[in-house]
Formats: sequence, C-alpha cells, structure tokens
Amino acid sequence: MTSLRYQSWKVAWTFFATCMLLLSLQIVYGFIMGFAHMGYDVLHDFIPFNTARATHTNLLVVWLLAGFMGSAYIIIPDEAQRELWSMKLAWVQWASLVVVGVVAIIGFHLNWWEGRKFLEIPRPLDYLVVVNVLAFLLNIGMTVFTGKRYTTTALTLLAGLTAAALLYLPGMITFDSQVYDSYFRWWVVHLWVEGVWELVMGAILSYLLIKLSGVDREVIEKWLYVIVGLTFLSGILGTGHHYYWIGTPEYWLMIGGFFSALEPLAFLGMALYTVAMARRGGRRHPNKVALTWSVGCGIMSFVGAGFLGFAHTLPQVNVWTHGTLVTAMHGHMAFWEAYAMLNFAMIAYALPEMTGRKLYTHWMAEWAFWVSNIGMVAMTGAFAVAGVTQVYLERRVGMDFLAVQDAVSIHFFGLILAASLFTVGIAMFIVQFIQYGHPLKMPVAAQPGEPDAAPVPAK
Amino acid sequence: MLSKSQAKLFFLLATAGFSGVFLYLTVDTMRQVPERSHEDLLTDQVIAGKMLWEENNCMGCHTILGEGAYYAPELTKVYDRRGPVWMRTFLKDPQAMYPGQRKMVQYDFTDEEIEALIAFFDWVGKIDTNGFPREPDLKVAGVVPTSTSASTGGPPAPDTFTQVCQSCHSLAGSGGNVGPALDGVGNRYSAADLRAWLADPQSVKPGTAMPNLNLGDDQLDALTAFLMAQK
Repeated sequence: MTSLRYQSWKVAWTFFATCMLLLSLQIVYGFIMGFAHMGYDVLHDFIPFNTARATHTNLLVVWLLAGFMGSAYIIIPDEAQRELWSMKLAWVQWASLVVVGVVAIIGFHLNWWEGRKFLEIPRPLDYLVVVNVLAFLLNIGMTVFTGKRYTTTALTLLAGLTAAALLYLPGMITFDSQVYDSYFRWWVVHLWVEGVWELVMGAILSYLLIKLSGVDREVIEKWLYVIVGLTFLSGILGTGHHYYWIGTPEYWLMIGGFFSALEPLAFLGMALYTVAMARRGGRRHPNKVALTWSVGCGIMSFVGAGFLGFAHTLPQVNVWTHGTLVTAMHGHMAFWEAYAMLNFAMIAYALPEMTGRKLYTHWMAEWAFWVSNIGMVAMTGAFAVAGVTQVYLERRVGMDFLAVQDAVSIHFFGLILAASLFTVGIAMFIVQFIQYGHPLKMPVAAQPGEPDAAPVPAK
Repeated sequence: MLSKSQAKLFFLLATAGFSGVFLYLTVDTMRQVPERSHEDLLTDQVIAGKMLWEENNCMGCHTILGEGAYYAPELTKVYDRRGPVWMRTFLKDPQAMYPGQRKMVQYDFTDEEIEALIAFFDWVGKIDTNGFPREPDLKVAGVVPTSTSASTGGPPAPDTFTQVCQSCHSLAGSGGNVGPALDGVGNRYSAADLRAWLADPQSVKPGTAMPNLNLGDDQLDALTAFLMAQK
C-alpha cells in the first residue's frame, strides 16, 4: 500500500464523493422532467416542473463547483508543494457547502426561492454561499502564497475561482426592471460558464496534461495563456448574445453575433491543445482512463459548447430559436462535455493517486466513458429534433404552444431512452469510484511533493 | 515562436481591453434602457407583479424575454396575444382552461395579485425587444387560430368573447378550432340553456372538454346576449 502525498487530498476526496451523490440526484430530477414532457406529470402535486427544473440545474451548479473545489484541493497543494493552509477550514467549508445545498433543495420543494433562472437560491442563502466561497478562497489563496513555488497553473486556477466568486455578486443586486435583472444575471451566468469557468477548465486541463502527458510544463502553460486569452477575447463581449432581445440596444446584435462566432476558437484551442500535448508526450503516464477523459473533454467541449453554441447564437437564427428546446440541446451537451467531463477527468486522475489502487485500464472505466458519451450525444439529438420541430411549428408556422408540445412529446421518449444509456455510463463510473475505496484512513507521506511527469526545468 | 511571456501579455491585454469595452457598453446600455423599456410606466403594481413572478419561480416553466424553461408558453407578448380578460380567467384557475392537459400549479392568487401580474406582463410586452418574438413567417391561412374579433354586424363582442371564447371557438372564420364554430349559435339554443351551459358545462354535459371558467354574472349576461344575437 502506498501512502497519500498530502493530508489535504482527503478533503478533495470528500468533495468528489459529494459530486457523485449530487450528480445521481440531478439525473433523477432530469427523468422527472423528461416524463413530464411526455405527459406523465405524475409527481405534479409534490414536485411540479419548476421545482424539478430548479433542482436539476442547481444540483448541476453545486456539484460542478464542488468538483472544482475538490480539484483545487488536489492541485493547489501539489503545485505549491505544501499542505493546505488550514485543513480545519477546508472541512468546515465542505460541510457548509453541503448544508447550503441541502437547505436550498428542500426550499425549492416548499416554494422558497428567487425565481431567476440558474440563480434560484433564495437571498439569505446567497450570503452563506459568499461566506463559504470566501473561506475556500482564503484557504487556497494562503496555500498558494505560502507555498514553495508559484506556478502558472495554480495562479490561473486561483484567478479563475476568485473571479467566479466576484462575479456572483452582480446576481445579488435587486432590480425593479426585468431588463436590468436579466442584464446583470448574465454577468453571473454567462461570464461564469463562458468566461472564468474556462479559466478553471484551462488550469485543470493543464495540470492533468502536465501529469499525464509528460510534456514540459513551460510549453503547456504557455498554451494555457493563449487559450484563456482567446476565452476572454471572445467570451466577454460574447455576453452580447444574451442581450439581443431583452430590451438592450440593437448594437448588441452585431457585437454579440461577432464575438460569439469567435467563442468556439477558445474551445477549439482547448481541443487541439489536449490532443497535441497527449500525442507529443507519448502518453507516459499509465492512467489511460484519466487521459481519455481529459482528451474527451477537450475535443467534445468544442462540439457541444463551441459548435452547438455558435450554431444558435447568430442573431438571424436566434430570433427563432431563443427560448425553445434548442437551448436545452446546446445546454446539455455543453455542460456535460466541458465541465462535467473535466471533473470526471480530474477524479479519474486523482483516485489512484489518493487510494493507491491503480485501476488504470479497467474495462468498466472505459465503458463508462463511451456509454455516457454516446448517451449524451443521443440525448442532444433528441433535444435537437424536438427543438427544431418546435421552432418551425410554433415560431414559424404559428401553431399553438400546447399543440406543438404534444407533437414533439414522442421525442422525449427518445430522450428518456438516451438518458437511460447515459445513466448506465454514469453508474459504471460511480461503481468504479466506490471500488477505489476511500483514502480517509490512508497514511500520509512524510515528505510531500512529487516531481511532474517530466522534469521541471530550472527557472 | 511565441514565448511564454508573450502569451501571458496576450492574455492580460485581451482580458483588460475587452473588459474595458464591455464596461463602456454597459454604461451606454444603461443610458438607453430607460427609454427602450418605458421605465416611466414601471409602477408599483408592475414591480409587485415582478416579485410574484420571481417568488413563484414562473421561469421554472415559462420563458419571458425568451429566458426561462421550455415547459410552458413564452410570455413576453402574452398581454397582446391573450388580453387581460383571458389572463384574469386563466390565473384564477389555471387547470380549468386546459382540462386534461399540461398542468400549471394552482397558486390561488388573490384578485390584487392577478392584477399585478397582468400589469407586469403589460409592461414587459411594451419593451423594445429588437423584434423578438418574431411574427410567424410560414403561417398558413385558415389553419392557425387568431384572436381578432369577428365583425358579424351584430352587437360588439364582449372582451370575454374575443379573448376567452375565441381561443377555442371560431366565429365568422376567426378564432380557434378546438371547440365547434359559433356561427348561428343563437338559432340552436335558448338563452336560458346557453347561460346554464356557460355557468357550468359539466352539469349540462358531464365529461365535456368545455371548461368551467368561473365566469361572473356580468360576463354570463353579456356573453349570453352576444351569442343569442348570432343568428
């Protein structure tokens, strides 16, 4: 039995386990909505659609954030080559995140929320989120600044997470006008997922590539800068694609359209980067599963987030597709491929490091990747057919909403089949997660720190 | 070849530059929105409606300005599409209007709350949205329900008729095709029968798809008179 490199990683494992739990619950609520769309709204009296929807999306946000936090608790100590600044604070922060999440979800079932898409958590809990995130940032920030070395990867990750925390604040301002409400809500939602989360994504991918590919750190981190530069170059003004139809000036059509068209570049960069680095390094690390998830994340995020996002952000297209199931098509694939797979890659890398059980090429781990991805591609197809049909019948022909919903309900049967396949893939991943065991009782190495897969050149 | 410090400079310049442009455009947008959204019409009643919209997470099923969920209709232009009478009738008992179909939660709104919601939708409908949602461009004549009032030469149609009844029934070729056309309905029934039917369709014909819309006496009188004039 090997020993754990950092005591801090035990906290990370707990965050990852929380991810697995919340993701499972998220899938359950997804099924509730899929059946409701088919006409089997049997839980209406207990879990009406708006409850299921808020629960589904907020669970996603919380588990992705929990995954990022867990990843930070892995990466930051390893990059700074020291234990976390405060283990106690890390445990308190984990517990408070879980408490906020559980209270919010229960609240959604009791009509306690702030019905603003993706920011449904009621205001009093928002303040707790702020305290929680501050505790988290303090902890990793102090770890970075008192660490043995500063790396671009660690600083980018810290910058991304700090910016994400700051951008949460505009979502807490109260507005009387729906226009401003929407305008600043996108500062949170858009600038998170198409801005600073990509910074987090870039940093986590570069950490994984440094560990897995054996390519020189300097090369990887150079391209990290290029990719996050492209992200902000396109993503900041790309916010304009949310400002086409909400009462904001017409110039946003042009600005949003142009910069949204550039947004896939950052994801294309991400895809080329992972593939090129993985090839160049000759795949030195035995953890094939983690490399598969990393490369899959890089490539597929270009398809879902980059290409499918681009496909309906052109103003001429968006005027018809805005507010239809076409958005759900893009949303599902983009979140899965960019951010969910990123967390899976990190978990797949970290588990053997944490538990010492090297299930690097297990058949179930590989099937988990393929089955879940094929399931998600099929789900995207089902949403696409339903969405495009809705656009034509309702928006262009002018048929009544409910008549159109009735016409597309069969595609939700397809969606449920595809989602079942996806769920099988996720279940396999979770079974693997459990098979690795838990590292809480693992002995910790006397000397923390391990060199990167390739030797680090002297600075 | 690009060096790491050049790459870093590119990142910092792109981020700072485009953040600056974004902030400038935000300030300019703030200057234009008051006029584009008719902020002078943003009354306390509208704000109360917005609060109700948020407190009940209406966006969890509906979209407004195209934002929300895709389980229930887009509501940006609902005031123009349906009108206040329809909305009042619907919000009192959302499940009565579409029996056996997709359900909306019974919120049991008070009359005051319903008026606030209607005021909110009226205000939202007036925002200059750069042409969203666009009018259907592939509309086939005669197939699609419209809610323009029919001109039959008789007494003017009450709002309840144009907004509520015509959602499902047509008159002189205008209206929905869910229920039967109402041309000549005054020849087929007596005023007493029609009034009893409108007041409680289920008691006249159990199992009918015609919903009980909880119409008030005034509405029943006006509708009965109008329908009896359709000969």
